[in-house]
Amino acid sequence: MILAIIIGMALVTMVPRVIPAFIVDKLAFRDWVNRWLNAIPYAALGALIFPGILTVIPDQPLIGLLGGVAAIILAYFGLNVILVVIGAILTVFLLTM
Amino acid sequence: MDTDALEKQKSSPALYMVRKGIAVGFPIMLGYLPIAITYGVLAKQAGMTLTELTLMSVMVFAGASQFMGANMIAVGAGALEIIVATFVLNFRHFVMSLSFMNRLRNLGLRWKAPLSLGLTDETFAVSSLHTQEAKMEKNGYFYAALILTAYLSWIVGSFLGGVLGEVIPEKLSQSMGIALYAMFIGLLTPSVKKEWRVGFVAVIAMLINVVFSQFMSEGWAIVFGTVLGGLSGVFLLKEDAS
Repeated sequence: MILAIIIGMALVTMVPRVIPAFIVDKLAFRDWVNRWLNAIPYAALGALIFPGILTVIPDQPLIGLLGGVAAIILAYFGLNVILVVIGAILTVFLLTM
Repeated sequence: MDTDALEKQKSSPALYMVRKGIAVGFPIMLGYLPIAITYGVLAKQAGMTLTELTLMSVMVFAGASQFMGANMIAVGAGALEIIVATFVLNFRHFVMSLSFMNRLRNLGLRWKAPLSLGLTDETFAVSSLHTQEAKMEKNGYFYAALILTAYLSWIVGSFLGGVLGEVIPEKLSQSMGIALYAMFIGLLTPSVKKEWRVGFVAVIAMLINVVFSQFMSEGWAIVFGTVLGGLSGVFLLKEDAS
């Protein structure tokens, strides 16, 4: 039973991921579609960050928010992504002490 | 100096791109390990065997849906219900894959198809914001190494969680929940610094996500946030942002 669930989950996850690999060569996109697709990563990042970041500590949305602010500041000063991640983890860790 | 130059000559461009991919994929590993371990612990508690929970990571490779799947198995939800919910939650990868594959037009299908299977929120975000590599020779090796770094850490982490249980103290693993968000911010911020309109696109996507999640599932809200937020980029990012 669980095996059937895993196979089903795998299929419905794999198919949407792989279809674009097959169709993209057959399509010539208009200029605005290319611009749209190039903007997708930034939109995806926005949608993935917020409001999800508020749920890092389930009942204390402010802590996630402050961790995010710490990450923005560190990234703004040009720190490597690894250091941004570590800085944000430390911020949240200290705030939950 | 001499040996350095010699070394650079000896190592092939493919190997160079593999190294680069692993280095760029490292922050994903840092974010995935604690989450994968937590998933392993949860899946074990949900009554899955070690083989089953590891197999799910191998075959599905999508964090949020695996947490949801394990939770639903624990409460005895039906298979169809779980599979439909997974489809809804992961459909955003279709949009992301379309964007990613459009960037990889120069690669053959034998590269594109396997790379597309390794697409997650995180591998997509990191790949897409490293635009120089897309134009370099042997770029397939870069993406493959990046994705495999993420994939293997996800599988290993899940397995460890299933075997060892809570190896990371709860307080620390809870704090590490910020890791992937911080990585996303760490990727987005430099782009916003270069071109503030990029930040505008991201904020529009955030707002759409917030509004839509009031009356639809999280999965669809992220899809709409991404698609409509990206559409705002058609008007805002007249010149190629990359």
